Amino acid sequence: MPVLTCDHVSIRYKVGDFRNIGLKETIIRKLKGSYHVEEFWADRDITFSLERGDMLGIIGTNGAGKSTLLKAVAGIMSPSKGIVEHEGNISALLELASGFDPDLSIRRNAYLRGAMLGYTREFMDEKYEEILDFAELRAFEDLSFKQLSTGMQSRLAFSIASLVQPDILILDEVLSVGDGAFAEKSAAKMQEILDSGATTILVSHSLDQVRELCNKVLWLHQGRQIDLGETEAVCDRYQAFLHGEIEI
Amino acid sequence: MLQTLKKHRFLLEELVKRDFDRKYKGSFLGAAWSVLNPLLSLLIMRFIFGHFFGSAIPHFTTYLFCGNIVFSFFSESSTEGLMALIGNAQIFTKVNIPKYLFLLSKNTQTLINFAITLCVFFLFCALDGIVFTWKFLALLYPIFMLLMFNLGTGLLLSALYVFFRDIKYLWAVLTQLLLYMSAVFYSVDTFPAHIRNAFLLNPIYLFIRYFRMVVIESVIPSLGFHVLMAVDTVVVLLLGIWIYRKYDTEFLYYI
Repeated sequence: MPVLTCDHVSIRYKVGDFRNIGLKETIIRKLKGSYHVEEFWADRDITFSLERGDMLGIIGTNGAGKSTLLKAVAGIMSPSKGIVEHEGNISALLELASGFDPDLSIRRNAYLRGAMLGYTREFMDEKYEEILDFAELRAFEDLSFKQLSTGMQSRLAFSIASLVQPDILILDEVLSVGDGAFAEKSAAKMQEILDSGATTILVSHSLDQVRELCNKVLWLHQGRQIDLGETEAVCDRYQAFLHGEIEI
Repeated sequence: MLQTLKKHRFLLEELVKRDFDRKYKGSFLGAAWSVLNPLLSLLIMRFIFGHFFGSAIPHFTTYLFCGNIVFSFFSESSTEGLMALIGNAQIFTKVNIPKYLFLLSKNTQTLINFAITLCVFFLFCALDGIVFTWKFLALLYPIFMLLMFNLGTGLLLSALYVFFRDIKYLWAVLTQLLLYMSAVFYSVDTFPAHIRNAFLLNPIYLFIRYFRMVVIESVIPSLGFHVLMAVDTVVVLLLGIWIYRKYDTEFLYYI
């Protein structure tokens, strides 16, 4: 019984005349008949399904439609065609720092972000100290978010996000953050979550990482599904493609 | 709806706190402005229009305050509500949370402001020699309806603002127009009957009129008046809910 299925999922972006032209232009162009919207298919006909505990790596060059597909799985976008079905709760860590407010304190930001990730207040009360320690920000507790360095901000973001306990986890290039020591620590923490048995989708540009972690790989290119299957076979083909040895 | 609201209660609370902090960030008096603002505008109106209309309208201060409190609740809610989606675009394009929470957060804030101002309003009523009766309880009806009306307006405006950024400027002008058309500082009694009836087409005037009838005239409006108010409110609210439902996953194309 699959816990997540994408069935012939296509996602269309609209581009062209429709945005930022204002009310007057919209009306004028509609009257003249010159209003047109172009379509751009970020993903076409993607089909895969995941069993419990599966770890799917999505690979592909820039503009392959990886992030868009993740948004559809996370429910932020709805597919223009096809269906996404899932069981259990999904946590999508698409961008760790989204939702932070530069002027608020570290504590308030942690609670706000935690709330967005679906944590409860009790959970945050209990875990806040742990977050602070893990992010190594105790000495900076009284600063506002904008006063933190970029590295500190991402450490905080990671520390909050890494408390998720989802059935399905979606990760977009967020496996580890920060400099040397913290990068190791965060990678270990992430490994812990991955080991907990959550079904995971991972977008990564690091093929080594994908080879190491994933048991299935989906290769996208310009929105099309090129390959889906065993990690080694797909990664090898993709690598060959990157080196210009094969055409698709 | 109530189920998801319960689930997202923590987030809503945090959003309310954030919006509150953002709003009063760096101001010395902070939240006190939410009481001072309506009071100062009341004072100005009393000073300016007292000359023209003060002698003809009994309890003119209360009369003005009725108009002011309703109108500023509406204009504050709608103007703040307008930004609910655009101001949080960075969040809803990355995290899957119900988008109406942003608007609920803004409206919670304006509701608190309104509640505080309402206390001051009653204080002023007492000073103005208004007799408090059980009929004041009827005010709960227009307050509830106005809250719903504000939510509906906020849903509509914030959604439209995503598609058309001109809305912000248009709305500023429209609110101005609405202020003059809602008989906040003048009386409609001098107009002929058909024009007086035309005022009833303006929902904001209905709310103001309801307040004045109860507070100043100690009269509970007719059943038809209640129905008219409910219809206005339901229509706006349904339109707002409809546009949010229809475009829920489309907003992010326009960001």
